[in-house]
Amino acid sequence: MPFTLPLLIALSLFVSNPVLAEAFPSTYQSRPSTPVLFTNATILTGDGERLEQADLYVSDGQIKWVGEGTPAEDARTIDASGRWITPGLIDVHSHLGVYPSPGVAAHSDGNEATAPVTAEVWAEHSIWPQDPGFSRALASGVTSMQVLPGSANLFGGRGVTLKNVTSRSYQGMKFPGAPYGLKMACGENPKRVYGGRKQAPSTRMGNVAAYRNAWIRAQRYVEDWDRYEDALQAPDAARGSEGGGDSVASAMLKSSPPKRDLELETLAGALRGDIIVHMHCYRADEMLTILDMADEFGYRVGTFHHGVEAYKIANELAQHRVCGALWADWWGFKIEAYDGIQENIALVDRPEGGCAIVHSDSDEGIQRLNQEAAKAMLRGNRAGLDIPPERAIRWITSNAAKSLGVEDRVGSLRPGMMADIVVWNQDPFSVYAKPLQVYVDGALLHEADNPALNPQSDFELGQLMGVAP
Amino acid sequence: MKYLLTLASLIMSCSIVQADSLLITNALVWTAKQETVADTDIYIVDGLIKRIGPGLDELSSDVTIDAAGRLVTPAFFAGITAVGLSEIGMVYEAVDSRLNAIYTGLMHPEFDVRDAYNPHSSVVPVTRVEGYGYTLLAAAPGDRTLSGRGSLVRLDGGFGSFEGSTVIFVNVDGSSGDMVGGSRAAHWMLLEAAFAEQNTADSDLKLITPLGKAALKDAQRTGIFVFRANRASDIIRVLQFAKERRLNAVISGGQEAWMVRDALSDARIPVVINALDNLPRSFDALGARLDNAAMLHAAGVKVLFTSGETHNARKVRQVAGNAVAHGLPHSAAMAAMTTEPAAVFGGQRREIAAGRLADLVVWSGDPLDVNAAADVVIAGGVPDPMTSRQTQLLQRYLPENAGLGRAYIRP
Repeated sequence: MPFTLPLLIALSLFVSNPVLAEAFPSTYQSRPSTPVLFTNATILTGDGERLEQADLYVSDGQIKWVGEGTPAEDARTIDASGRWITPGLIDVHSHLGVYPSPGVAAHSDGNEATAPVTAEVWAEHSIWPQDPGFSRALASGVTSMQVLPGSANLFGGRGVTLKNVTSRSYQGMKFPGAPYGLKMACGENPKRVYGGRKQAPSTRMGNVAAYRNAWIRAQRYVEDWDRYEDALQAPDAARGSEGGGDSVASAMLKSSPPKRDLELETLAGALRGDIIVHMHCYRADEMLTILDMADEFGYRVGTFHHGVEAYKIANELAQHRVCGALWADWWGFKIEAYDGIQENIALVDRPEGGCAIVHSDSDEGIQRLNQEAAKAMLRGNRAGLDIPPERAIRWITSNAAKSLGVEDRVGSLRPGMMADIVVWNQDPFSVYAKPLQVYVDGALLHEADNPALNPQSDFELGQLMGVAP
Repeated sequence: MKYLLTLASLIMSCSIVQADSLLITNALVWTAKQETVADTDIYIVDGLIKRIGPGLDELSSDVTIDAAGRLVTPAFFAGITAVGLSEIGMVYEAVDSRLNAIYTGLMHPEFDVRDAYNPHSSVVPVTRVEGYGYTLLAAAPGDRTLSGRGSLVRLDGGFGSFEGSTVIFVNVDGSSGDMVGGSRAAHWMLLEAAFAEQNTADSDLKLITPLGKAALKDAQRTGIFVFRANRASDIIRVLQFAKERRLNAVISGGQEAWMVRDALSDARIPVVINALDNLPRSFDALGARLDNAAMLHAAGVKVLFTSGETHNARKVRQVAGNAVAHGLPHSAAMAAMTTEPAAVFGGQRREIAAGRLADLVVWSGDPLDVNAAADVVIAGGVPDPMTSRQTQLLQRYLPENAGLGRAYIRP
């Protein structure tokens, strides 16, 4: 036996995945925290429940219990009478850091608009952690977000999920263990960007042909790697029978791993289900086309983003278990956004299994996810759907967490979950609602009217010298 | 569903009777004194408010609306928009709000977007049913310092529903410096030169046409100049220019206006802001902050609101609400959404008082909050059917059973 078994496994891992270490791993560390007991709050759990005059206990950065339980003796008690508590808000569609403030041309890092398929780029490599937008979002109760590439390309690249903490590098914000996203785009944007240059795609049919060509290459890539890894894993069938040793074909296969390709690696990740597909798409007919394409290539669309016409196919979305990340009322800025209605979110939420999400795609909107959800809730209720706050809060907490594949860690206030929490001055579904405190992993990282807990980016430091408020 | 049915019955009663007289009973009225008075009736004849007070319910009227204690205000101001000028933002064939690349170096203050206004745009009813009665129709910033002119327009669907003063839009914002040669200073160089040409013989004009010269003259005499500027130093430069030229000036943008609030107050120059601006999105907005409106108001500066949107102009009441959440008195924000814009831009007075225009809204709650909406909109004394392309799309897609297909559901 030429190798011991463990060594063989180690070697095979080394060869089949010739990466010495995980690329750009999360270096996120939760901040120090002390046990806190919140008492007498109105609690929206994030997954559909509302508790009145309830207690919530947080320790070791986790939710320990909601409702009934015993706090540690040294726990600090916060009287939350009249306050509302929700999970930290989650935005599944942000460009903070990649289109930061100030939005000067040299900061425009969100679209690698040089080819329609750029699955090889990763949004995280464009993130400027000094974007002042991060701290504004934190002050607004946003504790996690996905930062995506833009929609110029059919395959825009990888998105990354962040915890909204300050850091000198995006790696210090990277949500530990969160799957990557793959940003794809339908419709007008890719065909305008490339058609405008007399390049493919210039039409919607060109878009679909180019997606399919890319998926065909990705399928081949998956097959090549599977064949190679099977060959490595397979017990040496030849040994001990026909004179020992591999067949020539098997030996060749083992000695020449397929060449790594960053673009196809990301697409393969989506085909294998390790990377979640986030699809920018407005029109109902296009979304149905995309769902068919996903069936053709055996992958799943995780979430349609923008989906201004999602209400027209709410049942189909629910049947396919696809989320719709939507706006409350933005419409009309282009013709694929012409049929927007303010009941879109409520209608996507209506069917059994519907997964409606309020997303921002905006450095302003991310600061008002609660207000956007309030508008959508109002429109649903005025249309005769019965949507209480405990249901609507799911659109910016647990449903968003589901979309990002982190619903077992954040998005609801349940024992064992990360203690990402917002304490509001009142019912959050109002223009007058403000986060009083924002906790990330049990650590108080923002407090209203407390300069010591209002982080400021390097960019903002020392500006406007001498200007008195 | 209940709400839709109520609405439908209201529509029925209105489409049959073109109301000459209308009675709103039991209203919580937002008065001209910027306060609320409960249990009040409003009697409207021929589009004008005739009487206000308790106990008018014995008057006979063609249509009666029971406000049931709800708030009634003048119809809201939708901000500075291109409603009726831009059907779809990026469909350039359907946008008329901006003059660009006219192949001469001339500025065209006479470019008048009112000539392109389309009251049948779907954006008009989409905006109106949300409680908006009027907007400032603007020439959007093009590639010249003088963008053109417009005025207030009522969102009542009329072809000629313009009112108030002629407004000339001037773009001196630093972000547009590259349009005029790379520096915002060129805006001032060109503006000074263009204004100086008012004393030039028509045959010798270089920067403006004879029509433009006349437009500038008119506006200086009876019109208003809206300067788009954000940085404090740009605003100060506007104040200087407006003083020298004796212009009736308004600032739009104004993200750093709070820094120069005393100067604005002394010059009695109003500021139109988007109170959601709180990021240093450019080097002109390093001082953007959420209490801009509150600080301006406290210093005695008149503050109006805009959302920066045309299609989603309806968002402007949320903008005002956020200003209140950050320190602006509620009554000041209400005035900014109702009476003040008309006062600033020379329109008919928007207040619930005898003899005033009956452009009114019955609200389901606090109109500055995101949990309330317009229940009834009255335009010129007539209850609006409260329908738009969007309400019809909802009616088409709300039923769970599509029958032969959604296209057969014809609301």
